[in-house]
Amino acid sequence: MPSLDLFLQPEIFLVWTSALKTLVILGVVLTMVAYSVWAERKVSAFIQDRIGPNRVGWAGLIQPIADGVKLLLKENFVPGGVNKFFFSIAPSLAMIPAILVLAVLPFGSSLFGVPMVIANLDIGVLWVFAVSSLGVYGIVLAGWSSNSKYPFLGGIRSSSQMISYELSLGLSVVPVFMITGTLNLGEIVQYQVDNGWMVFPAWFQSGGGLLEITTDNGSMFGLNLGQSLLWIPMMVSFVIFLIAMFAETNRVPFDLPEAEQELVGGYHTEYSSMRFALFFLGEYAAMIAGAGVIVTLFLGGWSLPFIPDGSQGWFWGLVNIGTFFAKVAAIIFFFLWVRWTLPRFRFDQLMKLGWYVFFEVALLNIFLTAGILAYLQS
Amino acid sequence: MATIVQRPKLSLLERSYFPAILGGLWITIKHFIKMLFGQTKVTMQYPEQKWDSAMPEWYRGAPTLVKDEHDRERCVACQLCEFICPPRAITIKPGELPGDNRWSKVEKYPEKFDIDMIRCIYCGLCEEVCPEQAIFLRKDYSITGLTRSEMVHDKEKLYELGGVMHGLVHKWNEKK
Repeated sequence: MPSLDLFLQPEIFLVWTSALKTLVILGVVLTMVAYSVWAERKVSAFIQDRIGPNRVGWAGLIQPIADGVKLLLKENFVPGGVNKFFFSIAPSLAMIPAILVLAVLPFGSSLFGVPMVIANLDIGVLWVFAVSSLGVYGIVLAGWSSNSKYPFLGGIRSSSQMISYELSLGLSVVPVFMITGTLNLGEIVQYQVDNGWMVFPAWFQSGGGLLEITTDNGSMFGLNLGQSLLWIPMMVSFVIFLIAMFAETNRVPFDLPEAEQELVGGYHTEYSSMRFALFFLGEYAAMIAGAGVIVTLFLGGWSLPFIPDGSQGWFWGLVNIGTFFAKVAAIIFFFLWVRWTLPRFRFDQLMKLGWYVFFEVALLNIFLTAGILAYLQS
Repeated sequence: MATIVQRPKLSLLERSYFPAILGGLWITIKHFIKMLFGQTKVTMQYPEQKWDSAMPEWYRGAPTLVKDEHDRERCVACQLCEFICPPRAITIKPGELPGDNRWSKVEKYPEKFDIDMIRCIYCGLCEEVCPEQAIFLRKDYSITGLTRSEMVHDKEKLYELGGVMHGLVHKWNEKK
């Protein structure tokens, strides 16, 4: 069997498993994008006492496909006076960063010994921030190249929004690295498997607990002093990160660049057909990537208490993958739920919130975490 | 007199927006859950459910022609409805009944009777003016078509919608 040996050589094995993982993840995430549009319409309808899409397929489940076909068949109109080059590349610039973020997210433990992450980077979180911030270029370029006032205002708002949330977004996750001591997303998840989720530190490995129940595999369920103290800055980080993520993905209450009621369609006013669809899908893909980052950093990634990882058999590997996507879906539901609850912030309110509140709180939070860590080590 | 509206003094907690945000989230999730478990009353789902059974007797739907109990068309082509029709939706071409016809004493019948349903305003004046009780507004309200010619009801279509009417009809309903 020379052909099989060839496939099992380490380098070639890495190439084809990575390609396979990439394809599967792309398929899963693009399906999730389509169905989160459906979910958005359903959730908004239910919250407003309506039924929502129910014509195409059972409960409107084929609606995303019908929408896609409609958008493909529409005329791809380019208005006169636009800067054609930037006008054409802007939609891709909005879509691609959202998808690139997925490369470093550990969406499962391991399956048949293959780690369930496409690129296990040691600078995982830096990659996430660097790439996801590029998404704003798509919006700014779209607004500027459209040569029209409403898209232009949308683009300006987008850049002003970015400078106000980006700092607190970055600062709010620093405490996570201080506790885990790594930037690798896979290791952050492993830390949470051993020591409890960042927002739910209810089990730990070393002793010294206030309240403890020892389970068979050696980890203890209960509370321990250090983690209970660290839980306070972790919750602050979580709330700031979550709110900054809303701004990062342009969701209500921070959807200023779009602002249908004020700016017609915001940055994508002049777009039609698949170019518009790319913006639309890019927004939802960014939402899924953002939810994935939140889940990985704060909600324990693919782990569930007392569920073993993929080294215990392929079944548990699949359970881990399912857990990750279930958590992502839950966060997306929260995004939708908030959208249909809160009104939009004003431009200056958002900047004030970013600069006067979250920036300071995130900074203080770092010192608080450092103090607690120093106290625990002494 | 000037009215001074006192601004409410907000506590620090209220100014942080968190109680209001959580209150809002609670309200929307209540609506969501109620809808999820089918406890919310929603509007009628139109093409599947219709309000036909609740329609009153005096409903003014599409105008139709009727035949009497001897299968004779009641219309005698007097053209009063054509003259009174405010949007001029009715076009009648009268014809003479041949001498060997059982109803030849009536003399006239409509050779062609068209009602343009794009023009019709459902006012009911044709029904009111008809001396022979031949034209009635029935309960059909969903008149649709893909072309203009489809929207013109000819004689055949009008009798199909109208059907048979027995005896004299008390048509002076004050609500009509």
